[in-house]
Amino acid sequence: MTGPDAGPVTVPSDEVPFDPSLPWRKSRSVALRPEPFGALVYHFGNRKLSFLKSRPLVAVVTALEEHPDVPSTLRACDVPEAQHPAYVTALATLSRSQMIERRTSVPPTTSELAAGPCTEADMRPEEGLR
Amino acid sequence: MTAVLPQRPTGGRLIDQFEYGLDAPICLTWELTYACNLACAHCLSSSGRRDPRELSTAEAEGVIDELQRMQVFYVNVGGGEPTVRPDFWHLLDYAIGHDVGVKFSTNGVKLNKARAAQLARTDYVDVQISLDGATAAVNDRVRGTGSYATAIRALENLAEAGMKDFKVSVVVTRENAGQLDEFKALTDSFGAQLRITRLRPSGRGADVWDELHPTMAQQKELYHWLLANGDGVLTGDSFFHLSAFGEALPGLNLCGAGRVVCLIDPVGDVYACPFAIHENFLAGNVRSEGGFQRVWQTSDLFTDLRSPQTGGACTKCAHFDACRGGCMAAKFFTGLPLDGPDPECVQGFGENALAARELDLVTPKSHIDHSHKGPVRGQPTLLGMPSIPAKICDESPLAGLDLR
Amino acid sequence: MPEQTETETPVPAAEEVLTEESLVEEVSIDGMCGVY
Repeated sequence: MTGPDAGPVTVPSDEVPFDPSLPWRKSRSVALRPEPFGALVYHFGNRKLSFLKSRPLVAVVTALEEHPDVPSTLRACDVPEAQHPAYVTALATLSRSQMIERRTSVPPTTSELAAGPCTEADMRPEEGLR
Repeated sequence: MTAVLPQRPTGGRLIDQFEYGLDAPICLTWELTYACNLACAHCLSSSGRRDPRELSTAEAEGVIDELQRMQVFYVNVGGGEPTVRPDFWHLLDYAIGHDVGVKFSTNGVKLNKARAAQLARTDYVDVQISLDGATAAVNDRVRGTGSYATAIRALENLAEAGMKDFKVSVVVTRENAGQLDEFKALTDSFGAQLRITRLRPSGRGADVWDELHPTMAQQKELYHWLLANGDGVLTGDSFFHLSAFGEALPGLNLCGAGRVVCLIDPVGDVYACPFAIHENFLAGNVRSEGGFQRVWQTSDLFTDLRSPQTGGACTKCAHFDACRGGCMAAKFFTGLPLDGPDPECVQGFGENALAARELDLVTPKSHIDHSHKGPVRGQPTLLGMPSIPAKICDESPLAGLDLR
Repeated sequence: MPEQTETETPVPAAEEVLTEESLVEEVSIDGMCGVY
């Protein structure tokens, strides 16, 4: 449920709390399909399916990898300050189902990024899938 | 002719969005062949004999290419028995190599140790073994002598090969409704996931529905069993009509036909759902101009299904919001009006409606029937036909083929 | 006559929806009817 939050969102005790001050990105095992109401997000590895119910949230998820943390991503996507807590909650939900993942490398500075996982990142064999 | 599309609401519940349809299915069923080595009494697709007009390998690849372009992430492949197509394993690889995850539904006939090992090594493939009894006695009455053994052998092979997350899919009937705990124990013993689904009066199911569909008492027990034990038990959302008992079961709880799901059949016909293989629910064919995408996005049938459905008499019921009037296919094939109660309406309105049918009513029958014509080895005994002993080696779906 | 009972999923009024509803909804890939 939504609620005002300045810091990490609380989660079940066996999980690491979502930390919006870290860099994130849409998981590479995930496909995102835009829809009139937002987007369909499917994780090929764990078969989980999520629906993003707002177009701005879709933009945020896509833009995460270009920004150092969640708040700067929200600002860059023009999400009103009052809605930030709702968006953080949404991203926390997405991280629990592995739709977004921690980014451990710096954002690409060129457009020619080699295909395949970065060495520092946690990898899954992709076998031809995005 | 262009229909004026109803205005899609903004915000609100997801299912309200889905009822207006999507530009591509979320998931769909693809029956690869009507050929099957079995002759299950309740087969929803009336399978048995291969249709000579089946999609070729190239055409099937073309469908996969389209699904990739449309970003359909997951397809449920079935039949008939999909693994009897010689190109089955090639198409499996082709799909997963083109961003389309596959779950295939099988009676297990081809899942020897080698294939099980191969599947265990392959990501993005899910396997579902069909089983309709926790014991051979219950199962084989409906699926035929030897079918239980075949399924168990497949489960053993998959477990031994280290396959993860494979599923056992059960159609709940009057005869197995009391075996739910045994089914759970069986699947647990193999490290598999249990899936239970609703029997619809579709295909050959229409012939056995009266005697096989669960009683009202069994439905209630099933509902409570799901509430108590349903964590980790899949249902394919097929019991959403039971939500009218009270608390909703997990799932979208809506009829997805033509809105979020559909069927592609072995000859490329596109139907609203696999339980509605009948001319009235035929939207088009993938071989026509524009392929599957054009059928999905513009067919008259699907456009019709994506406008707000009139629930008719059901809208006055306090439970309508939970059950949405139930299953379209169940109503159609029992000869009930689509804007009235589901034949298994938990409030009992369906029983009233069934009793009110004309005595001489002939329920709709599809002309699509690929059932084996002659006796089949190991055929089910449910219909009272004598059982011809099955030979393990006699797997050919073409045995006794009656060429049309 | 059908009995009046509580429904388990009341639909919120339009104005409340944007503030209260979650922006993400998770569904099982197995969670839609009409699939094998």
